[in-house]
Amino acid sequence: MSDVVRLEYRNVTMRFVASAKGLTAVQGVNFCVRDGEVVSLIGPSGCGKSTLLNIGSGLYTPSAGEAFVDGERVEGPNAHVAFMLQKDLLLPWRTVLENVMFGVEIQRLALPERKRRAQALLENLNLAEFAGHYPHQLSGGMRQRVALARTLAVDPSVLLLDEPFSAVDAQTRMVLQRELAQTLKRAGKTALLITHDLLEAVTLSDRVLVMSRRPGRIIDEIRVELPQRDDPIARRQAPRVHEYVARLMDRLDISHVGQDAVGASA
Amino acid sequence: MNGNSSLMRRGTAVSVALLVVVLAAWQWGPGLLGIPVFIIPPLSAVFDEFLRMLAVSGLMTHTGITAVEVIAGFLLGSLLGAFFGYVLGMSPTAELALSPYILALQIAPKVAFAPLFILWMGFTLYPKILVAILIVFFPVMVNVLTAIRTVDPDLVNLARAFTATRAQIFWKIEFPASLPPLFAGLRIASTLAVVGVVVGELVGGNLGLGYLLAFGEGQANTAMVFVAILMLTVVGGIAYLAVILVEQRVLHYLPRRALSGV
Repeated sequence: MSDVVRLEYRNVTMRFVASAKGLTAVQGVNFCVRDGEVVSLIGPSGCGKSTLLNIGSGLYTPSAGEAFVDGERVEGPNAHVAFMLQKDLLLPWRTVLENVMFGVEIQRLALPERKRRAQALLENLNLAEFAGHYPHQLSGGMRQRVALARTLAVDPSVLLLDEPFSAVDAQTRMVLQRELAQTLKRAGKTALLITHDLLEAVTLSDRVLVMSRRPGRIIDEIRVELPQRDDPIARRQAPRVHEYVARLMDRLDISHVGQDAVGASA
Repeated sequence: MNGNSSLMRRGTAVSVALLVVVLAAWQWGPGLLGIPVFIIPPLSAVFDEFLRMLAVSGLMTHTGITAVEVIAGFLLGSLLGAFFGYVLGMSPTAELALSPYILALQIAPKVAFAPLFILWMGFTLYPKILVAILIVFFPVMVNVLTAIRTVDPDLVNLARAFTATRAQIFWKIEFPASLPPLFAGLRIASTLAVVGVVVGELVGGNLGLGYLLAFGEGQANTAMVFVAILMLTVVGGIAYLAVILVEQRVLHYLPRRALSGV
């Protein structure tokens, strides 16, 4: 991990003028993610986490402030970032291999290089034998792994992950978390992870940022001082994990407020 | 898999048995119930008439003409429908501006235009093809339009985040996503094309199976009417089958079940 800043939000505010009340999703958000760092963003439902992610990927333009990726101001979609959502968004008419090549194909990489990258990633994620399968032939966990491979194939500086594992069952999720952690470590990738799962936030990240209710602001930053960031399953056993989770619960006011304040449903 | 194929076999057996029963009822039912031949001619009489028409009425020529009109109307109508579906699907302004007119045209019974087209173009093949085009146009256009409208916005955002151009979004996401509904529209269109052509032929001219229908009616030749109806069904069936065959080729990536719903 170096001190190079890969992703930075400077005073970012987002108002949606479409709604009558002029809803403010996030207000005055400042933070940065350094090279090789994995940072989680947690907060109540509707606090603007996904909005921040869309700003980072260039799909939204903030009402005020700016986002930087690799020191460049984000003016629109760019090849430095890639995102992955809860939905796998695989194209049903493409095979696994073709789905993994989707991003690099759009970025007009030469076909042999596209293929080489996709095959290497499938190899790494234990999907090589499914290269010729269609998405409907895969389980939910495998589909999500294909989506991860597609995200990594464009070789982004920053990965933006929006609850990537919240739609898979608990055991598959643990396996996927470990694969993600190992892949990020091996490739030295920088990632911003949105999650509702406090344990996931603690076991996968170097830092956890806590957001307030809408309009979302960063209200706390917790540095996770645990070893083995590439092995979330081992981290789960660490006794201190529960201290961190307890602190996050406290910051999110989970014990005091009704459940509508927290994304308990997701 | 196993249960599926045994179900298939049972279904086919019942289907064939039903056909035999219907054909037998057609052959002997009318006689037993005392229904006169000019109301329902028995199967054998219809078959005799079929052979007679083959020999002296140019049945094959008339069938061929109808088939050509159906194919032309289906292809042109589908192309136009798909084209407008894509254009309107991608341009909300165009859709807003044109939707009242399209709705009005869609509500108007298309076959009612047949006399008008014959007035314009005479007793040629063109008015029949035009009726078919008009009737085929709407189901194809509406299906493509809704398909483009309902493409998952997250998919489009994914492509955009990968820096896709508008053309790439169309060719890599919207167009392939629209193919299953497009083919559903083409299936409907293939049977409607026959309807359009027959109405055109009934209204005017001396060519095609629709003409044979009207001629048989004029002669009170019920068997001839039956033969024409059967041949029209064959033409429509072949058109429908052709669409299904192409569909299975193009949509090969879909799970088998999704395609089999005939």
